This record gives sequence, structure tokens and C-alpha cells, in this order.
Amino acid sequence: MNATNRTVVVTGIGATTPLGGDSASTWEGLLAGRSGVRALEGERWADLPVRIAAPSAVDPGERIPRPQARKLDRSAQFALIAAREAWADAGFTAKAGEDASVDPHRLGAVVASGIGGVITLLDQYDVLKEKGVRKVSPHTVPMLMPNGPAANVGLEVGARAGVHTPVSACASGAEAIGYAIEMIRTGRADVVVAGGTEAAIHPLPIAAFGNMMAMSKSNDDPQGASRPYDADRNGFVLGEGAGVVVLESAEHAARRGATVYCEAVGQGISADSHHITQPEPSGSGIAHALQNLMDSSDIKPAEIAHINAHATSTPLGDVAEIKALRKVFGDDVDHMALSATKSMTGHLLGGAGGVETVASVLALKHRIAPPTINIANLDPEADADVVRDEARALPEGPIAALNNSFGFGGHNVVLAFRTV
Amino acid sequence: MAATEAEITEGLAEIVNEIAGIPTEDVKSEKSFTDDLDVDSLSMVEVVVAAEERFDVKIPDDDVKNLKTVGDAVSYILKHQD
Repeated sequence: MNATNRTVVVTGIGATTPLGGDSASTWEGLLAGRSGVRALEGERWADLPVRIAAPSAVDPGERIPRPQARKLDRSAQFALIAAREAWADAGFTAKAGEDASVDPHRLGAVVASGIGGVITLLDQYDVLKEKGVRKVSPHTVPMLMPNGPAANVGLEVGARAGVHTPVSACASGAEAIGYAIEMIRTGRADVVVAGGTEAAIHPLPIAAFGNMMAMSKSNDDPQGASRPYDADRNGFVLGEGAGVVVLESAEHAARRGATVYCEAVGQGISADSHHITQPEPSGSGIAHALQNLMDSSDIKPAEIAHINAHATSTPLGDVAEIKALRKVFGDDVDHMALSATKSMTGHLLGGAGGVETVASVLALKHRIAPPTINIANLDPEADADVVRDEARALPEGPIAALNNSFGFGGHNVVLAFRTV
Repeated sequence: MAATEAEITEGLAEIVNEIAGIPTEDVKSEKSFTDDLDVDSLSMVEVVVAAEERFDVKIPDDDVKNLKTVGDAVSYILKHQD
């Protein structure tokens, strides 16, 4: 066995999103073209320029007993819910070691968030100001630390091969999954629970993103506000939730008789080195990531049938991504069904790469590309085969899907999955 | 008016139930916070702060380490409450 080039497969998926409290209900919402965006009502939001968001469909407090939930930031709660689903879906019946089919020293966890426990930080600052030092929760630090979700997932499943948190803003979830693929490929672990989570629907992050002019202010039309590729798109809509997958060496999965969703072929990573928040407008940084994926794996443009685009509904970003696809794939882009699922889920920041990986895995399993909703007039610069309005069947035979995620700071991550 | 031993035990049981989810009837004098009641060192700080507020007593950090069991805490509060 070549320990530096092992095949990696996906054996479990889990999610909790604005469309549903698990991966099945999320997938159903995506195929139905349902928007998870809502108006934020009440005094707390009244002064904000942006009063829309895509909150989690299920209150995590309903899923995690209160004594445990009160020690977890909302982002860690989402991660735990998604990880439990993925772990059970992979066929594990208890934490590593208790379930003898996985050795804790060969199990990792890589879970990322873009912002960390921002709601805990801000809520506890309110406690400090209003009630004094003594009332600040002793759980504050483990709740707000960005590695909190990863650490809690690691504790839950019993991961001892390593627990990691790559942070790269909105690329964080995808970078976590890419990191996990490498952990298995290079022989550090046989199984890794990986994904992304975010919980930042709070007046401060919304005020901050709003003042950057990054967010849609279509407060009168919440469900139509997230409109990637539409000529009149005007920014992203903040979503919350988590998506987690179980990655495993093909050999380990076969040995325990696990059901395999697809192969996790690899990743391409690059950095724009252009601007702290704006994407490089010609797409050259993204193209470099796509090229790195092609150069470092055996994937062929002809087999790529579907792309879950990063497409957040911002004027510059959506088009830069398509320019990059054209640069690298040329006319092959014409057979790649391009879906912008953020039109329905909103943008989950560090959670996006996790949720959209779950969507990509399900797209390959069911051979269906989810729709992009809210395109009234397709931007003429969106020169690609955008799946509009209705879900679309994908071809038979061996096919691959890409999941793109890019983040403030110029981080570009492309993940590739393939049917087996 | 100072709380009685029974009132303090009952109050601590409610606090431990709120913080650790342990049924109030299981919070008995001989029980160890850490070993029996799922109250780790961080959660113990929460128990102490809640008890200070409820029983109008100050429990300095240096004394907290001596409160191993529910009975230890009850005795401490009985002795130090105003």
C-alpha cells in the first residue's frame, strides 16, 4: 500500500441547515427550490440596514439536552448535531473504541467555522457590562474558541489521531474537508469526521457585514434576496447551520463493510494575494486552485457533470468564479451543471463548504443537480450552464462533482467527488 | 433570615439540576460534585456563583476546592451566611 496516495471515500453525511434539521430534509428543500430566508422581526433587529437571514430550521436546543447545550456555542451545537447524524449514517454505533470497527488513534476530526463563537463572545460581554465580572460564564473560553466545534465533535466520536480547525473565512468548511482528505491520504488516519459550521446571526456581525456592503438589503423580499447569477443580485444573505461528512480510506470502509457514497478525489487550493475582501475579478486565483486540483488528481474535465458553485449572490464574486471555470475548462464548462444552492440556504460562511459538500455528495448519489432559484434575468456574464428554477437529472455512468468555496482573505478551495 | 440546612440542600439540588441536569432527588449530602453529579471544575464555578446569589453568602475561590460533596457546601453555607 502506498500510504501517501490512498483512495478516500465518503461513508457518512449529516447536516442541519435553514432548510431542515438533517441531510434528508435539507436535500428535499434544495430539490424543491425552497428558500430558507426569513425576515428578522423584533426590536433587536430594527435599526439594522439588513433585516433578513436564513436561520436554522430546527432549534438546536431541541436536539441537545440543556445541561450539555448550555456549555456549547450555537456553532458547536450545529456541528455536534451534523456530526452525530454523519457518524450514525456511516454505520458506527458508539464512539471509537467502544465501536470496535474504528480505532480511536486512527480517527480524526476536522471541523471549521469562519468566525468562531461570536454569539457567545458578544452575549458574555453583555453579561459583563450588565451583571458584572462574577456572572461571566466559566464556559466562555471553550465556547468562543474557534476550535470548539472540532474539539466537541472529537470528544463525541473519540478522535485521537488529531483534531484540527483550519480557518479561512467562507472557505473554512471546504478547507477542513480537504485537510481531512489529506490526513487519510497520507496515512495519518483511517477515518476523519470533517465539515464546517457557523452561527453568526447576531446584530453585530450583520451590522459589520452590512457596512461592508457585502449583504443584500432586500428586506422587503426575504425569499428573493439571495439571487446568484441574477443581473440584479445585490449581496449575500447570512445563513447558519453545519454540514459534516465521514471520510474514510477505501480500504478501511471495505474492511468494515461500510456503504460508500462516493470517492473524495482531492482538492485544489490557492490564494488570490489580491485584496483582503474582494475577489480577484478575472478569476485567476480561483483558476489556479482548479488547475491545482486537475494537476494533483486523476480527474478529467469530461467527467465533471456538476459544480456546486461558491456563488454567494455578490456582483463581483459570482462572475469571477465562472470566468475561472472557463479559463481552466474551456468549452467543457458547457456540460457542467452549475448550481448555486446559497440561493436557498443563504451563505453559511464557514459552514458553507460542509453543507455544500453534503449537497454535492447527494447530487452524485441521486444524480440530480439542485436548482438555483431567484434568477429573473440571467447575468449575461454568467457564461455557464446554470441550473435554473428546477432540479435537473445528471448523466448516467461515472461522473464527478466539484464543490467550490472561497473566503475573505483570498482563500480558494475546490473539492472533487466522483461516483464509485 | 438565614436558610435552614434542609432549605440549603434543596436549593443546591435545584442549582445542580439546572446546571448539570441531575434529578434533584439524587443531589444528596454524601454525593461528590465531580464524581457523582457531573459537575466539573468549570460547572462548579457556576454552582458557586448561583449559591452565592441564592443564599447571600461569599465563597472565595480558595475555599471552593474544599467543597467536594454537597454536604461540604451545605455546611459551608450554613456557617457563612449572613
